[in-house]
Amino acid sequence: MGGGQLMPFSEEVRARLDPDADQIIARYPRSRSALLPLLHLVQAEEGHVSDDGIGYCAGRLGLAESEVASVVSFYTMFKRHPVGEYHVGVCTNTLCAVMGGDQILADLREHLGVGDDEPTPDGKVSLEHVECNAACDYAPVVMVNWEFFDNMTPGTARDLVDGLRSGAKITLARGPDHLCTWREASRILAGFPDGRAAQGPQAGPATVIGLEIAKEHGWTAPPPPAEEPAGAPPARRTTREARN
Amino acid sequence: MSGVLTPVLTAHWDQPDSFTLAGYRREGGYRALEQALGMPQADIVTALKGSGLRGRGGAGFPTGVKWGFIPQGDGKPHYLVVNADESEPGTCKDIPLMLATPHMLIEGAIITSFAIKADKAFIYVRGEVLHVVRRVQHAVAEAYEAGYLGRDILGSGYDLDIVVHSGAGAYICGEETALLDSLEGYRGQPRLKPPFPAVEGLYSCPTVINNVESIASVPSIITDGAAWFAGMGTEKSTGFGIFSLSGHVTLPGQYEAPLGTTLRELLDLAGGVRAGHQLKFWTPGGSSTPILTDEHLDVPLDFESMAAAGSLLGTRALQIFDETTCVVRATLRWTEFYQHESCGKCTPCREGTFWMVRVLDRLEHGNGSEEDLEKLLDICDNILGRAFCALGDGAVSPVQSSIKYFRDEYLEHQKGGGCPFDPAAATLFGSSR
Repeated sequence: MGGGQLMPFSEEVRARLDPDADQIIARYPRSRSALLPLLHLVQAEEGHVSDDGIGYCAGRLGLAESEVASVVSFYTMFKRHPVGEYHVGVCTNTLCAVMGGDQILADLREHLGVGDDEPTPDGKVSLEHVECNAACDYAPVVMVNWEFFDNMTPGTARDLVDGLRSGAKITLARGPDHLCTWREASRILAGFPDGRAAQGPQAGPATVIGLEIAKEHGWTAPPPPAEEPAGAPPARRTTREARN
Repeated sequence: MSGVLTPVLTAHWDQPDSFTLAGYRREGGYRALEQALGMPQADIVTALKGSGLRGRGGAGFPTGVKWGFIPQGDGKPHYLVVNADESEPGTCKDIPLMLATPHMLIEGAIITSFAIKADKAFIYVRGEVLHVVRRVQHAVAEAYEAGYLGRDILGSGYDLDIVVHSGAGAYICGEETALLDSLEGYRGQPRLKPPFPAVEGLYSCPTVINNVESIASVPSIITDGAAWFAGMGTEKSTGFGIFSLSGHVTLPGQYEAPLGTTLRELLDLAGGVRAGHQLKFWTPGGSSTPILTDEHLDVPLDFESMAAAGSLLGTRALQIFDETTCVVRATLRWTEFYQHESCGKCTPCREGTFWMVRVLDRLEHGNGSEEDLEKLLDICDNILGRAFCALGDGAVSPVQSSIKYFRDEYLEHQKGGGCPFDPAAATLFGSSR
């Protein structure tokens, strides 16, 4: 415990968090680098970053609570109030917006009757607009607990949030076998894997479209020069074998 | 046979187990590492310089030259930081790469760390892509188990640890010095350069910061040679890169081709602009690169040609918009993004993006005037080059370029008292697609 400050959270919670926090801090040459993962960790504990969570991080790193709070407010993934068990982000950056994201967001707002980052009364779903989530070839894109939902329409988006609220089985096209909760997702971001990395496909259809077209045409990168680089053991053959 | 497309980074993305160590090794993975560990470090840097590889994160700085700036024998720890915080609007290449072949990134990161004599590397991966975080964490764990990471890697005596660090939602952290501040546990705000990170980076120690695609290109340069790499592309923009087509195109997706390919060639492969529509405007490399039009279909997509055409190659994020798209709406939305993501450190960027949103909003809704266009261009002049980092410069790009090519469309909004476009016509579901 750093700083000799009063430690927030109950003894029981601290006993659970401390070993994880120790592990996080040990990853870095300087302890302050552990702040973002520690914030993900306290968000995993409570579902949001509470005053207690801020106090805990400050205590562990020997920082003032105000220093930690000023970092929390900078990053959009840290929520200062509870969000839903499933947090839904609709991309409304230009490309997704034009392709239908604006309409999807407007529809979901009306359908769910919630404001930005506000959970539905059952606590199941909250909604926000997100910026470009690096899946533009699948526009319009919706994220749930930071998993991809591709090529959405207002109808499929409504079905998705209804399914999240009713507990229906949700299928992910480019993710694990089932959705984890918001708190479970935060724990993975803190650096504690859930063992489901091998689930789901390696790529979606748009990801491999260029490769498929190249194969149809028999196109490959040119072969390397016949001579191997000086002093080098035999180079890997795969790309060349594929070409032959 | 060589063709328009040259899959190297993407060559095995169609293999169902491409993300596993076994799948990667089956395709020759980690052979480059074995080779590199037997080379003098200086030779690896020389090979990278010889390849001409230029940073794939958008700025295009020569990767080998960057490595060469790391001081030697300085007694300080050296660090590699991989910038995996992909978030430039339109850019969607590093995320699928890490999902499909995270080991290619890990192998490149180990070789790079060895070359710059770093014993600790960080992969700063965007937080808002959970399955990608899982895959990178998994690949690092597999690499440790296989002896590619940790102590005495493959018996070479070289030690390296890699830490996967998840971001927390801030576009600015893709800027290399803001990323360093964020990795140090602060608000992600850019630092003034110099000193450059190669001299004073993470914890004020010599640090190389490279984009995911740059690092993933390293293994093939080691095995197939600098000359092989430099034999592709153009004289000053060598090699291959992933071109990401999105928007109003028949087959959006990832197309790996030599630099210098044209949009016309890529669009032909991608089935053209969606049926029944025509190209109106496009970005060559994300929203921070000035938009171009159908006049520029044959301009080679390389650093020099794009600059000569008044734009930038950026991240090869080819966002395609057809004639149903209102350019004022598009520009307003991009500007709202820059306003939201401006870190607030530099006044011209913080205030300038705020005011540009105000002016663009009234123009889009038909409440502006021709003078507003001059006002926008004046604000642009007061942002461009006047802030610590390039975010402000990026914010200026869509505004200046859209006024340059579509001044009349801005004015039509004022004559008609509002936006003349039907947003439903531009959507994926409201069209014939």
